[in-house]
Amino acid sequence: MNFSSFLLMRQEILLLTIILLLLVAEISISKSKKQSIVHLALFLFGIHTIIGFFPMETGNLFGGMFRNTALIHFFKNVLNVGVFILLLQSADWLQEKIVDQNKGAEFFILLFSSLLGMYFMISAGDFLMFYLGLELSTLPVAALAAFEVTKRISSEAGIKLILSAALASGVSLFGVSMLYATSGSIYFDEIMAVISSTNLTILGFILFFAGLAFKISLVPFHFWTADVYEGAPISVASYLSVISKGAAVFILMILLFTVLKPLMHVWVNIIYVIAIATMFIGNLFALRQQNMKRFLAFSSIAQAGFILLGLITGTQLGTATIIYFVLIYIFSNLAAFGVVQAISLKTGKENMNDYEGLYRTNPNLSLVMMLALFSLAGIPPVAGFFGKFFLFTAAASEGYYLLVFIAVANVTISLYYYLLVVRAMFLRTSDQAIPYFKNKLYMRLGLLVTVVGILVLGLYSPLYDYIFELSKNLN
Amino acid sequence: MNISYIILIPLVPLAVFLLLGINSQKIKPAISGYIGVLGLSISAALSLYTAYQYFLVQGKVDGVYQTFVSKTVWMKFTETLHIDMGILIDPISVMMLVVVSIVSLMVHIYSRGYMKGDEGYTRFFAFLSLFSFSMYGLVLATNLFQIYIFWELVGVSSFLLIGYYYTKPSAVAAAKKAFIVTRFADLGFLIGILIMGYFAGTYDFQTLNNPEGSVILNWASTSFMGLSVITWALLLIFMGGAGKSAMFPLHIWLPDAMEGPTPVSALIHAATMVVAGVYLVARLFPMFYFVENGFALNIVAYVGAFSSLFAAIIAITQTDIKRVLAFSTMSQIGYMMLALGVSGYDGHEGVGYMASMFHLFTHAMFKALLFLCAGSVIHAVHSNYLKDMGGLRKYMPITNITFLIAALAIAGVPPFAGFWSKDEILVAAFEHNMLIYYVGVFVAGLTAFYMFRIYFGIFWGKEKEYEHAPHESPKSMTFPLLFLAVLSMVAGFIPFSEFVSPDKVGFEAHLNYPLAAIATSVGLLGIILAWIFYKKENSLSDRFAMAFGPFYKWTSDKFYFDEIYLFITKKILFNNVSAPLAKFDKKYVDGTMEGVGNKTVWLSGKIKGLQSGKVQDYAFSFVMGAVIIALVFIYLWTN
Repeated sequence: MNFSSFLLMRQEILLLTIILLLLVAEISISKSKKQSIVHLALFLFGIHTIIGFFPMETGNLFGGMFRNTALIHFFKNVLNVGVFILLLQSADWLQEKIVDQNKGAEFFILLFSSLLGMYFMISAGDFLMFYLGLELSTLPVAALAAFEVTKRISSEAGIKLILSAALASGVSLFGVSMLYATSGSIYFDEIMAVISSTNLTILGFILFFAGLAFKISLVPFHFWTADVYEGAPISVASYLSVISKGAAVFILMILLFTVLKPLMHVWVNIIYVIAIATMFIGNLFALRQQNMKRFLAFSSIAQAGFILLGLITGTQLGTATIIYFVLIYIFSNLAAFGVVQAISLKTGKENMNDYEGLYRTNPNLSLVMMLALFSLAGIPPVAGFFGKFFLFTAAASEGYYLLVFIAVANVTISLYYYLLVVRAMFLRTSDQAIPYFKNKLYMRLGLLVTVVGILVLGLYSPLYDYIFELSKNLN
Repeated sequence: MNISYIILIPLVPLAVFLLLGINSQKIKPAISGYIGVLGLSISAALSLYTAYQYFLVQGKVDGVYQTFVSKTVWMKFTETLHIDMGILIDPISVMMLVVVSIVSLMVHIYSRGYMKGDEGYTRFFAFLSLFSFSMYGLVLATNLFQIYIFWELVGVSSFLLIGYYYTKPSAVAAAKKAFIVTRFADLGFLIGILIMGYFAGTYDFQTLNNPEGSVILNWASTSFMGLSVITWALLLIFMGGAGKSAMFPLHIWLPDAMEGPTPVSALIHAATMVVAGVYLVARLFPMFYFVENGFALNIVAYVGAFSSLFAAIIAITQTDIKRVLAFSTMSQIGYMMLALGVSGYDGHEGVGYMASMFHLFTHAMFKALLFLCAGSVIHAVHSNYLKDMGGLRKYMPITNITFLIAALAIAGVPPFAGFWSKDEILVAAFEHNMLIYYVGVFVAGLTAFYMFRIYFGIFWGKEKEYEHAPHESPKSMTFPLLFLAVLSMVAGFIPFSEFVSPDKVGFEAHLNYPLAAIATSVGLLGIILAWIFYKKENSLSDRFAMAFGPFYKWTSDKFYFDEIYLFITKKILFNNVSAPLAKFDKKYVDGTMEGVGNKTVWLSGKIKGLQSGKVQDYAFSFVMGAVIIALVFIYLWTN
């Protein structure tokens, strides 16, 4: 191992540098100019995102604890793009509410630390690195959830998240220790070679799985989701539902499809059951939500259930469809959260009936929201349709017809509540409709990128072919 | 021959449609008219250039007109069965390009005057452009499916334009009627296409029509109820054509379609869309001729002949001048169909096919002219009814003369255009089927009679009391009249047989003097009778009507076909089939769906307690969840 092989960690190093730079900036920028920290952070992260797309070597570091493959590299870029959009959408909120309290840099440092944790988590080559990454990605988010300290509900979200997360990671670590006990190693490659389906391994796997299922909000490990989303600042809820979930899905997929492949006959059944439970519970709860953040929380639970349809296949097709779906989901959900963010920031309103008559006063925002919801619901020709369609195709090609049928039934239920919002915006009229307002540049950019993503991703097939090619390495 | 630019011919009107349609509120009416005319002028210029290049310069190789095709695969089912999109250039498609272009351009120009001051002026031109686009697409189609797509598009345009005055209930009803009747016919068309795709394995016109190709040679390979399946497919396709071309018994929509603005009637319901059925049969002519020894073609001949006679009889008794013209159109299209029906394939044998296309061409000119003249008259007196007109020749000299020219042309008086094409049709009928020949001659007489009945009624006879003195129409309206009048005079001298024939070789057609003399004298007889009856106001016509008694009543009520259809649909279908089905749907299908929906919401309410908001409950569920999953999958569900 020579010095240049550190370049395999290029993205981690760069992100860490940004975090340190922001720390220095926080100290050196005078109080009257604190607003500029937002621009600085956006600028630095923008550069980071662009550099991320430069080609990278693949290989292992530290005796296999850290690894980089083309797929991992691609997924880190996906996370970067998602976080960048999120930052664009949060910039106004930060400038208006957070910087005054002298907590601007703090927000970015916490957020980037969490992202750094995710990098390590998905690049992990052994359970130790994985666990460190998992913790690093979770703990700062708990602080972020409680970020609006003046609001009781925000503190509640923070405490709920940290307690639940601690439990989850404890259980997960317990599971990992059992896997270590039966295989004698914490390295993925070595475990894969010796793992066999003894009762202790299966128990270890289930406990470990519970920890990741917690992050993805799979039933019955999902209870924290709605309360935390509702209480946390919208940017943080958005981060949890999009970036955090995406990264966890990705690492779970890698582990299931490689290390835990020998246990496949066990985990397909578990996922089968959990997929059905997650889809139904997510959808049934989403039906009666009035608060948009809770609504999106349950919707994101249901979406996680759909992702499991790709996970259950264990094939290259499954890998490609999951990544493609997650990519589309990131754009769609960010668009939805972006609109909620914009409206909440201007008016403080977060309920569905506040949206009545929105189309008449703010047609552009309503159209963005409609596109996002159509994409989440899977209505052609927007991207979400193709994402779901491919997932279902992958599941059907492995013979899970009943599961696909149940998923389709759930799509129908979800259509109902997504359209409830569309109906409120377009068909209802209201005396207290939210008056017209104009978003600032960052927010508009943030929404524009998501709209382009929603429209283009569905129609631009070379991207899917590219992902499919990348997915070859995994299996 | 370079045909790549031809794609512009349909695309320019499409662009105009999009431009005017999207900005219909923003563009000033004065400008939209010019945009429409300009767009169509481009298409028309390209069409005429294409015709010149094809017929006179580059189209013929070794004495045979070539077929040029440019297409891309649009939807692929199997190696041979795919839907293409493209353009096909052969004699009849080029001829149709010319017809559509000339009539459409004239109608565009005319509409600038006729529709002036109308509220939906821009919308009107947008729809006209949509129609032109669809019609060009139909004409240029390379395969059955493509023609079907544009076939439906012209149907939609026709629907939109008939219902243009959408505040008028009768216009809305007429638009619906036209759409439903033609859609019903198109159901047959679609089934025919699907049968063709299944048994012939292709939709492509060139493959299907090849006389030495497997489809035509192997027509007998599969049969159904005593006929080859290919014949069945052709008959069903002809059903679609009959619907569009208002052949008996699918003709009931055409008279009502006159509710649309008169320029629309001239363009769509006289010259272009209604002859699509004729074009479709001509397009598949080799199949119609060779498969099962022309069984389907015989059906075409008899349907055409009967419709021709049937419509001519009704036309005599109608009092609305546009309806007279509508039935006249139906009758003349019947003429074209019967000409196709009696045609052969090789050399001079193909005279029927040639005559049909020739008549399509000339008829488009003089019938569009008749409609535009009628529009001019209606514009002047604000009524469609003969009883409100009379003695207009003094007020409207140009309309008078052009109407007379068109009437002479349709009556088959030499040397006007209709004489030449009609003569060829009668020659073809005479050589192949005497019964159809007699029908043809009789219809020729009737045509002359009813046409001069309205001519004398409008321009001669006693002057009516007009609210304000009628006056000649503006130049934008009289120019198209004069232009089409000139064409109606000279179009007959085009040596059509050298350009259009089934085998594409061309032949020399000669005037058959005895037959021409018979046809002409019958026509003149009709004119003289009309002169006796209607030149001066007299009671002769009423006395005749009395003498015919109930038969006159049946005829003027169009043999009650509308009533019969209404009885079948409303009384029988609606009451006995649709109503019970609707009830079943409401009660059981909807009931089930609503039940499922209600149960879902109910369930959602029942489980809401799970989300208690207490973090210790969440932790409990988390642990219990993990434990239960572990127990189940370690001890119970193992495999």
